[in-house]
Amino acid sequence: MTTQVNDNRYDEAQLQVQFDATIEAKDRIEPRDWMPEAYRKTLIRQVAQHAHSEIIGMQPEGNWISRAPSLRRKAILLAKVQDEAGHGLYLYSAAETLGATRNELTEKLVAGRQKYSSIFNYPTLSYTDVGTIGWLVDGAAICNQVPLCRTSFGPYGRAMIRICKEESFHQRQGYELLMTMMRGTEAQREMVQESVNRFWWPSLMMFGPPDDNSPNTEQSMAWGIKTHTNDELRQKFVDMSVPQAEALGVTFPDENLKWNEERGHYDFSTPNWDEFWDVVKGNGPCNEQRVAHRKRAWDEGAWVREAALAFAENQAAEEAAK
Amino acid sequence: MTETNSGPASANGSAAKAAATSANGTETKASSTRGEWPLYEVFVRGKRGLNHVHVGSLHAADDQMALHHARDVYTRRNEGVSIWVVRAADITASSPDEKDPMFAPSGDKVYRHPTFYDIPSDVPHM
Ligand SMILES: [Fe+2]
Ligand SMILES: [Fe+2]
Repeated sequence: MTTQVNDNRYDEAQLQVQFDATIEAKDRIEPRDWMPEAYRKTLIRQVAQHAHSEIIGMQPEGNWISRAPSLRRKAILLAKVQDEAGHGLYLYSAAETLGATRNELTEKLVAGRQKYSSIFNYPTLSYTDVGTIGWLVDGAAICNQVPLCRTSFGPYGRAMIRICKEESFHQRQGYELLMTMMRGTEAQREMVQESVNRFWWPSLMMFGPPDDNSPNTEQSMAWGIKTHTNDELRQKFVDMSVPQAEALGVTFPDENLKWNEERGHYDFSTPNWDEFWDVVKGNGPCNEQRVAHRKRAWDEGAWVREAALAFAENQAAEEAAK
Repeated sequence: MTETNSGPASANGSAAKAAATSANGTETKASSTRGEWPLYEVFVRGKRGLNHVHVGSLHAADDQMALHHARDVYTRRNEGVSIWVVRAADITASSPDEKDPMFAPSGDKVYRHPTFYDIPSDVPHM
């Protein structure tokens, strides 16, 4: 069957040409289009990691729902955490259009075989952290996500558009929470500063390792599934955040943070990348707790999922017997 | 520190049998979807006077649950006044491979467009 093999190869080359032309034209790849296996694999990994981050990201803030200081704050926090569940679901759907299944992705997460953003391995020690996370963590997520609305894979871009629309509420409610505390007592202002001190560096690490240590960036940019480098986005986030901190009346814990007239950007210190890699490897303060919690919810929910399906099957059988 | 919130209910279940391809392109393989709730595609009418538009997909055990999940996942901020859900397996879609023959019949019929006809610019309301 030599001819057949040759034909297939010829076809594949043709398909690759079409794929490249679509990317080149900044047009979108849709799920049923042919795509290189490496593109599919990279996207599944990236979208799944993103989905897992939304789902695991519910835990640090969900921790404070039952202890929110007022009904207003509680309603806001519930809505925010519910949004993050929604974000996870949009993204899992996008990953599924690439041939991954929901179960497989969840099972990889709870087995520690797929990652999520390291930021969620830090604890929320006080209610103030809800505000800081909204401002800085959701703020950094927005920086990362806005360019992804134009990513080359259609379903991923569409999920990002929905997500970005909702993230703005997340950031503003966090900043407003902190503003309210800054207008309070001296002790409250200290709580805000302490919380910001803890979250500043992990937030900068959300953009990933420095460009010279990010081997996949080049290929991902060529494929249009990444549009800016990690360092570019990190710089953008620092530049955006400094005036916001000034308006709030807090400082960032970095003595080298200052405006550089020549570059037109703020200079800042190098994040502690050893800490970053350590948390990625599983040694952050909450890695085990986060995954164990997700695994427990998954395992303990199994009977509910089975019962709902059994009920649906019975209903359908009764319907058919009529 | 103790964190006590519970995780989201995640989609799972039993036996999706046939391989299916949704309009979204999702291919569900029988082997790896063992125990998974079927996939539904969701369409939302943004407001009266507009068409239902595809917004994404979700898993549910049955049609009613799919509607409820669609409300929670896709219309948390008044994004819609009406929702359709349909089992992804029940959608028939054109294949991207037949792109050319499938859509060729409309490609050479420029006379179906109003711009095909030259009308003097002094003719009113045209
Ligand atoms: Fe989110
Ligand atoms: Fe968010």
